[in-house]
Amino acid sequence: MIRIMYFASLRERLGSAEETLQEFPATLDDLRAELAARGGVWDEVFADGQRVLAAVNQEMASTGQALKSGDEIGFFPPVTGG
Amino acid sequence: MDVDIRIQSTALDALAETAPVFTGNASVGGVVSFIGLMRDLNQGDEVASMTLEHYPGMTEKALAAIVDEAAGRWQIEAVRLIHRVGEVRPQDPIVLVAVASAHRGEAFRACEFIIDYLKTRAPFWKREQTADGQTRWVEARGSDDEAASAWEKKC
Repeated sequence: MIRIMYFASLRERLGSAEETLQEFPATLDDLRAELAARGGVWDEVFADGQRVLAAVNQEMASTGQALKSGDEIGFFPPVTGG
Repeated sequence: MDVDIRIQSTALDALAETAPVFTGNASVGGVVSFIGLMRDLNQGDEVASMTLEHYPGMTEKALAAIVDEAAGRWQIEAVRLIHRVGEVRPQDPIVLVAVASAHRGEAFRACEFIIDYLKTRAPFWKREQTADGQTRWVEARGSDDEAASAWEKKC
């Protein structure tokens, strides 16, 4: 099982703050594709070329990052602190 | 190295929080501090207030990693990094980065590095409420990305 959290404008667009997936794909890229495949606003947000940043277990994710049970994934827009 | 990193929803008294960074440490020769303030104008619209959201858990880790990286590049005696979350009003301090070092060059560079990296790597997001009642999310700036990546070339 993995836990996915959505922040800021992403949360508002998707209408979801968080969810859990009992079954999940092998990599973060696969997860993005799976979320885009839900269609509608999910496809708009996770479509190729859209800048959605991701963190796995509270660290910025690297390309091709693998997922494992117990992982916490965060999706969010480019940050604007400071 | 003395490190104090805080995320707080209460008002940030930037000046009061800077003094402890150098008090009582004889190794400190210079202190450089950056105070980021909420502005009342963005993209030509008057902003009445701003709400800062963050990713609890990741924010603390990200700020600690940025400070660690600065400490790896420069000799730092003390760092205090305080960032607001919640609602802020125009002219309220949003962030304080105060760096104490033996010499000014390191304090200047480390302070700038920390704020440049914070602006592109720390999970905060700003939502503005304009004077006419609109709400919008602040967009990230290309200039912030350029400032952060410039540190990868120089040291």
